Amino acid sequence: MIQGLSVDRVSYRYGDKVALDAVSFDVAPGRFAALLGPNGAGKSTLFSLLTRLFTTGDGRISIAGQDMGRTPRAALARMGVVFQSPTLDLDLTIRQNLSYFAALHGLSGRDARRRIDAALDRLEIRARAGEKARNLNGGHRRRTEIARALVHDPSVLLLDEPTVGLDAAARQSITEHVHRLCAEDNLTVLWATHLTDEVYDDDQLVLLHQGRILAGGTCAELRGDKSLKDYFLDLTQMPRQSTEAAL
Amino acid sequence: MIPYLVALRAIVLREGLRFIHQRERFVAALVRPLVWLLVFAAGFRAALGLSIIPPYATYITYETYIVPGLCGMILLFNGMQSSLSLVYDRETGSMRLLLTAPLPRGWLLFCKLLGSTAISIVQVYTFLAIAALFGIEMNAWGYVAALPALVISGLMLGALGLALSSFIKQLENFAGVMNFVIFPMFFLSSALYPLWKMAESSPLLRDICAFNPFTHAVELIRFALYMQFNGMALLWVLLATVLFMACALWGYDPARGMVKRKG
Repeated sequence: MIQGLSVDRVSYRYGDKVALDAVSFDVAPGRFAALLGPNGAGKSTLFSLLTRLFTTGDGRISIAGQDMGRTPRAALARMGVVFQSPTLDLDLTIRQNLSYFAALHGLSGRDARRRIDAALDRLEIRARAGEKARNLNGGHRRRTEIARALVHDPSVLLLDEPTVGLDAAARQSITEHVHRLCAEDNLTVLWATHLTDEVYDDDQLVLLHQGRILAGGTCAELRGDKSLKDYFLDLTQMPRQSTEAAL
Repeated sequence: MIPYLVALRAIVLREGLRFIHQRERFVAALVRPLVWLLVFAAGFRAALGLSIIPPYATYITYETYIVPGLCGMILLFNGMQSSLSLVYDRETGSMRLLLTAPLPRGWLLFCKLLGSTAISIVQVYTFLAIAALFGIEMNAWGYVAALPALVISGLMLGALGLALSSFIKQLENFAGVMNFVIFPMFFLSSALYPLWKMAESSPLLRDICAFNPFTHAVELIRFALYMQFNGMALLWVLLATVLFMACALWGYDPARGMVKRKG
């Protein structure tokens, strides 16, 4: 059984509309996989299924060897999630936000404090632990959310368009940081995005379009001589002008 | 077992912290029943004659009569308001954080319910203290005996809010539900007038009131405040709690897709 992340023939419908059609891909332990797709490709639906916000009878999802259908809580315990919409309590401090999350994972006392400190160190925000989330800029709020997702030491980290709303510098910094975490801590990462510059050549690329996987492999192999942006546009066969803005 | 309790404590504490940060909400929630008590009841005092009915052993003023109903009002409004915040949380995402915790969803929702009920009860006791300052006092031990009645009634109304929140697609739709749930529930109950008084004007209305679980919550609190036990009301409230909680669990079942119904 694969220890990283495995999605096997997962389908999902909203009424008559097919959102995901037999989506399959694996991410090996310690790999950074970019789930690239235009808006409406089905990324958010896939994330909701991966995080069990809803479930489907079609297909299997396995997180670090735990089947999401059969042992959902064991699978959730091994997973860290950064949602697209902000989920910090702005009136609480960074540390309080992380403590709340740690407690939801059954962690408390000294153990929780030690893990929180470690997570804050990993994202280089420990010095600001006592500040209210409201006082942080967008980039630091995102860092806090990533630190929070690492408190329980998950083996798989899921991020749903984590750079939405950030300026270019913060976007680059977060993208680099998570790549580094993946390489240094042997973390399996699934990073959903519609921005091609967040995908590095060594990354595994999963290209999702209209609910189906169009291509999968290493980014460098797939794009060949083209830029990733051109490759992506050619493959999704959309009029260039209308997608240019999205990329 | 310990992870369950750690999560419970954190969720209740977070509700508490949110409450501290929203002091205006606390004041607003108190103003409503106090206006009813000190203005509305004063005006109605002369118009409404009350006979001696259980649990009262003597003639009481109208202000005294409506105190338990106003305690219920606080629980009702807060139960609905906290589910309003759930709809909001669902849209902003913090509900996702809660629901992706590796604990049974039913337990997580129950913790949330208990947290908001605890806050409501602090408000109820503050209201009772202010009422006592104005001379509307209950049996001293009644204040203690009312606690379990308030807890179970708070859970019932919170569970109703929770169930409603799972079926409401968007925040905007909530105002309608408030009007269709809160006001009928409050006015078609024994909160403002005893059921026999209602029967004088319409037996049908009296039957509706007798069916309304809020009536039983109010009666449970009323009897407890006078150190009496109303078994029928307790049974009714417990049944309604189980029913509403089952609806909430069904509404938040991942197989149904909580976020599926995009607005």
